[in-house]
Amino acid sequence: MKIIVLVKQVPDTYDERKLDPATGILDREASEAIIDEIVERALEVALSYKDSHQDTELVLLSMGPEPVTTSLRKGLSLGADSAVHVRDDDLSGADLTRTAAVLAAALTATGFDLVIAGNESTDGRGGVIPAMVAERLHLPHLTSIDSVEITDAAISGERETENGTLTVHAALPAIISITERAPEVRFPNFKGIMGAKKKPITVLSLSDLSVAPEASGHSIILSTTVRPARAAGKKIIDDGNAGVELAEFLAAGHLI
Amino acid sequence: MSNILTLIEVSSTGELRNTAPALLAAAAKLGTPVAVVAVKPGTGAALASQLGELGASQVYVAESDQVGASLVSPEIEALVSAHAALSPGAVLVAHSVTGRDVAARLAVRLAGGLLIDAVDVRLDADQVIATHSIFGGAYTVEAAVQGGIPIVTVRSGAIQERAKSATPTVTVVPVDVDSGASAVIDAVHDVVVSSTRPELRDAKTVVSGGRGLGSKEKFELVTQLADALGAAVGASRAAVDAGYVSQTLQVGQTGTTVAPALYIALGISGAIQHRAGMQTAKTIVAINTDADAPIFDIADFGIVGDVFTVVPQLIEAINARRH
Repeated sequence: MKIIVLVKQVPDTYDERKLDPATGILDREASEAIIDEIVERALEVALSYKDSHQDTELVLLSMGPEPVTTSLRKGLSLGADSAVHVRDDDLSGADLTRTAAVLAAALTATGFDLVIAGNESTDGRGGVIPAMVAERLHLPHLTSIDSVEITDAAISGERETENGTLTVHAALPAIISITERAPEVRFPNFKGIMGAKKKPITVLSLSDLSVAPEASGHSIILSTTVRPARAAGKKIIDDGNAGVELAEFLAAGHLI
Repeated sequence: MSNILTLIEVSSTGELRNTAPALLAAAAKLGTPVAVVAVKPGTGAALASQLGELGASQVYVAESDQVGASLVSPEIEALVSAHAALSPGAVLVAHSVTGRDVAARLAVRLAGGLLIDAVDVRLDADQVIATHSIFGGAYTVEAAVQGGIPIVTVRSGAIQERAKSATPTVTVVPVDVDSGASAVIDAVHDVVVSSTRPELRDAKTVVSGGRGLGSKEKFELVTQLADALGAAVGASRAAVDAGYVSQTLQVGQTGTTVAPALYIALGISGAIQHRAGMQTAKTIVAINTDADAPIFDIADFGIVGDVFTVVPQLIEAINARRH
């Protein structure tokens, strides 16, 4: 079994995240770039399968600028075997359509039985890339899966929706995305961290891939506005009557 | 005016999902609203009058035996069929688990462009423009699609307008579904809503608790205030990680994003991760023992105090006002 985990590097949600007001594109200098935590959970799904199936080949795939290497090394230290990094200046500011086309081309070039992604990144929160890639490759997708069962020929799981869950399955090859209900990733051990330095990261540029020419629609950003910072209002120290005062405040604002 | 397709999601028992009114209202702002439904043969006509009340000028019923058996592909084929028949100017779907899968695959099929998680839409010189709220409302970004049909996913609860009711024309067509590239649905478990509390995502008032509540048992205080206010219950990530409540109640960057009229934060310090999920609330109230908690920086009314003395007094005062 060859499993590819899609890796996205994102700005740390515990930092102040910024957009460039001129372009609307992420300001990568503003905050620390880390591997998205939902990606770590996707990786854990693959790692736990590999624990009991030693012949599993586990490959990481990411698209992004040079610093993405750090996130790939982290994934390698956790137990992935190798990584593929699609890196090209022409991909700066790539929209969803373009990103899906490039990832689909890189997946085809790498080969796989199963692709595992997070259900949505903490920055864009679109959650559409796995299904877009599946459509490009004419494969089934199982997105927003809480729990996964992987066999040699198929994948099944519980899909979480706003209204409940669905029990779903698909034949491999397939593309899945997992939710925050999937287990947290293990801690890297010393051996993993040392070993990661020797594991290969293959860097691919656009010219290495056969990406379909851009004949489709693409999104353009028209304007980016910063919301004014929220000012602090009234702050009182409870002297035994704060609950009553709060009720008065809420009543004055017609909130109760 | 061009036709604007909306994908109306339908439950396994044939009820319209609650995202339908906002989708049709958004479509009415852009052109002629067309409701597209994918149903099992013979079950769509019953939906037409309901969709007309919500503003659909036309109801396009796509019938397939694969509905409920093949994951999202009947819905995609329904839209592909309606697209071929009606040459729409845009396609709108809910930013739901189903909706975004449909939007994703449809964008590739139609060589369209995606505008994801829109909080509003408008038409400007025949161009569909979507408004996005980024990083928990820290930025507002307007975007459009060039070179293909715009496919827009609309955030649940974001559009409060409603379209004028209409008497729709009804078109019923069969669609072929290639189940080869689709996952199979083995069973559907719709949650029966047993709680009378509003849903977190769409609630007008939200009461959230944090680590400051101290234990799962004491988190009950949050529930009591929520019930006194008819509010939804939320929680910070710290409270979820501590096991006080389930992850489904988490408000924040990695949970639900809420924008209620009133947000009350109890024992929540207000890490940036949490603020990203609630800072667009109209009024924010915070109660915390730590006077330096960052939540006070964004609170309209802050109380430095113990939630276990302030909140019972607040509940009593609310009840007193009711009588």
